[in-house]
Amino acid sequence: MKLTIGHLYPDLLNLYGDRGNIACLMKRCAWRGIEARTIGYESEDRVDFSTLDIVLLGGGSDREQMLVCEKLKKIRRDFQAYVEGGGVVLAVCGGYQLLGRYYKTKDGLIKGLELVDLYTEQGDGRLIDNIILDSPLCEMPVVGFENHGGRTYIGENRPFGKVLYGSGNDGRSGYEGVIYKNVVGTYLHGPLLPKNPQLADYLIQKALERKYGSVTLSPLDDTQEREANAYMVNRLMK
Amino acid sequence: MKIRRILAVWTAKAACSICRRMGRQGVTWAGKLALSVYPPVLREMAAEVRRDIFIVCGTNGKTTTNNLLCSALEAEGAKVICNHTGSNMLNGVAAAFVLAASLSGKIDADYACIEVDEASTRHIFPQFKPDHMVLTNLFRDQLDRYGEIDITMDILKGVICSAPHMDILVNGDDALAAYLAMECANPSVTYGISEQVTDTCDTQEIREGRFCKRCGERLSYRFYHYSQLGDYSCPKCGFARPPIDYDARDVRVGDQISFRVGDEHIVADYRGFYNVYNILAAYAAGRHAGFSLTHFNQMLRDFRPENGRMESFRIRDTAVVLNLAKNPAGFNQNISAVMADTRPKDLVIVINDNEQDGTDISWLWDVDFDRFCGDEIHSITVSGIRCQDMRLRLRYADIPSILEADVESAIWGRVVDGCGNLYVLVNYTALFGTRNILKRLEGEKP
Repeated sequence: MKLTIGHLYPDLLNLYGDRGNIACLMKRCAWRGIEARTIGYESEDRVDFSTLDIVLLGGGSDREQMLVCEKLKKIRRDFQAYVEGGGVVLAVCGGYQLLGRYYKTKDGLIKGLELVDLYTEQGDGRLIDNIILDSPLCEMPVVGFENHGGRTYIGENRPFGKVLYGSGNDGRSGYEGVIYKNVVGTYLHGPLLPKNPQLADYLIQKALERKYGSVTLSPLDDTQEREANAYMVNRLMK
Repeated sequence: MKIRRILAVWTAKAACSICRRMGRQGVTWAGKLALSVYPPVLREMAAEVRRDIFIVCGTNGKTTTNNLLCSALEAEGAKVICNHTGSNMLNGVAAAFVLAASLSGKIDADYACIEVDEASTRHIFPQFKPDHMVLTNLFRDQLDRYGEIDITMDILKGVICSAPHMDILVNGDDALAAYLAMECANPSVTYGISEQVTDTCDTQEIREGRFCKRCGERLSYRFYHYSQLGDYSCPKCGFARPPIDYDARDVRVGDQISFRVGDEHIVADYRGFYNVYNILAAYAAGRHAGFSLTHFNQMLRDFRPENGRMESFRIRDTAVVLNLAKNPAGFNQNISAVMADTRPKDLVIVINDNEQDGTDISWLWDVDFDRFCGDEIHSITVSGIRCQDMRLRLRYADIPSILEADVESAIWGRVVDGCGNLYVLVNYTALFGTRNILKRLEGEKP
């Protein structure tokens, strides 16, 4: 089996640790004998969604996001067809905000991709801390770090998880992120997947199913992943 | 002399000496006490420095550059106030002055060399306006504290503009730092390396500011030194690396560093490319302030930074090198320095996530740990508060590691059962404690 991961605009959206998510997906495929490759699309490159099985959209600074939003206009229709066709997407931080209709900042409006019915507005102060979620996609708690000035409103969409510790989408609703078809949008950045191997496997599973039909992933020894996850859960929840 | 000022000095000195006796650093606390006893203490003392005040800013290299500059000026006979330990926020800066004052509260200094945390410049500049600012580089660091690099740049721009007479000595090889200097109307002087030194074009490395700060176009590079440092220009708006006033030539990096700048041939027993910049910046700052720096090479030979920057220890038969590594650019440079030593070696990596480290350790995933591979790596032990995350990071680079949360046990394990050549890489809050452990183990009789 083969998987192709498309990393969108690492030249612009590469805040802290997006590489960790890719390394995690690649290794967890390789350890199972699944042939995975990653294509990094820089902002001038043409993106061919028909060749992609997983799309990663990372985080960037507000300034960089402005630059990206210009580029995204060109790929909007193809990206939307990919999402509606069950394509797997992990969108983090700025990438999560770009999934929606817009991000309203104090300096102006950044238009989004309108792939998911959500919107973001800049709030007072940034929400910065460790965060723990209870997510329907994972049996283990989801552990990560959030750092965002935007408050995201997901309307009737399913959240990615219930906040057990931290702020989440808007600091008030008690929920974090969004799940839409096979799209996961979240503020949990950096090493989201390594400490949450069940989420990594969920994305791999969905991508393989879309391509090959029913698939069972062989189990891996996740002792180190579980211990790193449990350490943060114990420290913050007890 | 006001009685409160004298009281502030006494309080600070007492606090510091109590902390030392208890094996704690205490400098920051001493400064805080002094400022609360007598709030104008820093403002007054800074005004009493007879000649110039230098400040050193930038993500990496502040402490080494600032200490080198201080030693260079002292080697020429100047009396210098300096925050040697790297306490670089308001309290630490105040401490440097009050701890240097006499018991009667007097300051006797020709110069001050002060490193300042970028975000803390907002609190320092209202106290005094420096004569010179050395601006080393801008990398991603502690994004949980600073938000984004753009925010740090805005803060620096604000304070630089508030001191129009201060000149800026800027690393011209960093497009972000150079842009900042160009944006402000202050007089500026540049240092840099105009020739390509290494042929490693590792495209994996995270590079900041790949797009022109002025117009948004992608910058084109003739070459990179490391991270985003190199020779750049913007194909659209003409923004480019400025002409370099203090240009290092014939640069050699290995067991030793050597280079030429002007007529001077500089040689130092340091490892690590980044130390070329640190030495060059200190040299340029001293020369720019009017010193001939005839004792510069001698100073480098005698320079013993007792602050955990490439500091050597000997424990039983094991040679130990301690170094600070607190962000991706710094850690990648550390890896280059460690790998330049081709002998077998053990490694202990200590990662904490206290407030001063940055509570977000996502940056570990932006470090090129894959380069710690090969037969010379005898073992890697991960330690500190977030050792589990460090172990996981290495697992995803296919590198096995030993987990030992306790730093002393981690080090001792490698002394007893290692190959005799140990590197200890630590982030910020682990530095002081680890250094104390190493000093104690070094002093113990076998």
